[in-house]
Amino acid sequence: MLTNRSKVMEKKQMTLAERLYLPAIAGGMSITFRHIFKKKATVQYPEQLRPIAPVYRGHHVLKRDEAGAERCTACGLCAVACPAEAITMTAAERKKGEENLYREEKYAAVYEINMLRCIFCGLCEEACPKEAIFLTDRIIPSNYGRNGFVFGKDKLVETMENPVDVTRRQTPAMLEFKKDKFHQHNVTIKDLIDLDEH
Amino acid sequence: MTVLIFKIILVLSVFGITMLIAMYSTWAERKLSAVMQDRVGPNRAGPLGLLQPLADGIKMFTKEELIPQGSNRFLFIIGPGIAMLTALITGAVIPWGGDVNIGGESFALQITDINIGVLYLFGVVSVGVYGIMIGGWASNNKYSLLGALRASSQMISYEIAMGFSIIAMVMMTGTLSLREIVAQQDAGLANVAYQPLAFLIFMICAFAETNRAPFDLPECETELIGGYHTEYSSMKLGLFLFAEYINMFISSAIMVSFFWGGYNFPFQHELGLSPNALATVQTVVFFGKVFAFIFLFMWVRWTLPRFRYDQLMNLGWKVLLPLSLLNIFLTGVVMYLTGKLN
Repeated sequence: MLTNRSKVMEKKQMTLAERLYLPAIAGGMSITFRHIFKKKATVQYPEQLRPIAPVYRGHHVLKRDEAGAERCTACGLCAVACPAEAITMTAAERKKGEENLYREEKYAAVYEINMLRCIFCGLCEEACPKEAIFLTDRIIPSNYGRNGFVFGKDKLVETMENPVDVTRRQTPAMLEFKKDKFHQHNVTIKDLIDLDEH
Repeated sequence: MTVLIFKIILVLSVFGITMLIAMYSTWAERKLSAVMQDRVGPNRAGPLGLLQPLADGIKMFTKEELIPQGSNRFLFIIGPGIAMLTALITGAVIPWGGDVNIGGESFALQITDINIGVLYLFGVVSVGVYGIMIGGWASNNKYSLLGALRASSQMISYEIAMGFSIIAMVMMTGTLSLREIVAQQDAGLANVAYQPLAFLIFMICAFAETNRAPFDLPECETELIGGYHTEYSSMKLGLFLFAEYINMFISSAIMVSFFWGGYNFPFQHELGLSPNALATVQTVVFFGKVFAFIFLFMWVRWTLPRFRYDQLMNLGWKVLLPLSLLNIFLTGVVMYLTGKLN
């Protein structure tokens, strides 16, 4: 009572109008009637897509270079950076005559991302020194089984016919960030100690 | 002979129209509930989802049919049949429009004009509860039994107030024939202007009799799973649900006939229409009024929450019954004072 803010609740007898309930019912019905003309919240999904934020991180893509060779060298930095341990890969050596398929001497024979484990944080993208992996604005489709969510190279690598645009993820700030080694998460403890001593 | 052919055509068309309206009531119900909740509702099966009732029907027919082991097989099967039958035969006494003239003969757009039409309606409606009761009891399931018990006690309680509200009306009109009641409303105002209280009581009771929200206790999903139709599957469930929509249509038609002038509309004789054209317009007007009531039924369902059981009984016995008795008394007093009591 000192602050004058406490509300005194009193249980008073209902008036006749309140006990009749009919005015209250009419009030409720007017609310539902007004809702008939309100704008609907539904998005007709397959035909109509919800607007996606410019920073949206979805389905990963493994990029090819201009000549169509895979950029990934299976260095494993993305797998190390991944906090959810969703990425696995098997490296292989490029044979003679495969120069048009793989950009460097080493490549990923198997590259799998478990989309159920992935938290879409984008650290793989930051870790990649070869500009090979990017997150895109595509949505992971639903599936009936868990195995269907382990995406191999067939689903991850872009085709030359349908190149995936990732310029949105390659902002100047991002490129600058990638140059600065000490901001990267793959920095070792020894690097940090070295930095401290300077 | 022509009368017989005309009546057969009328019976078949009333049956067909009733089924069609019940079918599209399910669609309208889903669409209306959706727009009232800021959703879109069925829109995939055909334009605006208009083929949805058809898809639902096909689904119902092709679903597996289960009859529980401990159930009374015979009663279990005839339960939904009775519910459907009683829902359909009430349409026989409703006047759908004025007289039509075919080949010099005049036919009334009513299947049969029995002079105790009101009593017939009440009789059939009381039998209607047997479908639910038998179905619920024969399921041998405690939820079904509870739903059936609730349905029967609810229907018996509300039938009394419903009957009394109509008695006041019958005192005023002096007839039990529906055609007569509708014809009396041709000149002057509709009955609702003289008997607003009776209309209100009748409408509330009609909501209770058709087991519609806020009186849908016999089938309340939250506490009784599905109430009396818990154990039903396939088209037998479909018949129960369908019967509810037919009941809704028929009780709308009854309310329109009793209180809202039936097929009459203002200045109908000043338009100078031929009898057949007039009858057509009258039928359209009648269905327009009925659809308005069906809309009201759905509107109330998607607005009000369900009553608690004791509230339901309190409303029926302690509020509606005394009010309807008061209404009879008031009607009598007014009739005596205006010298209409003879």
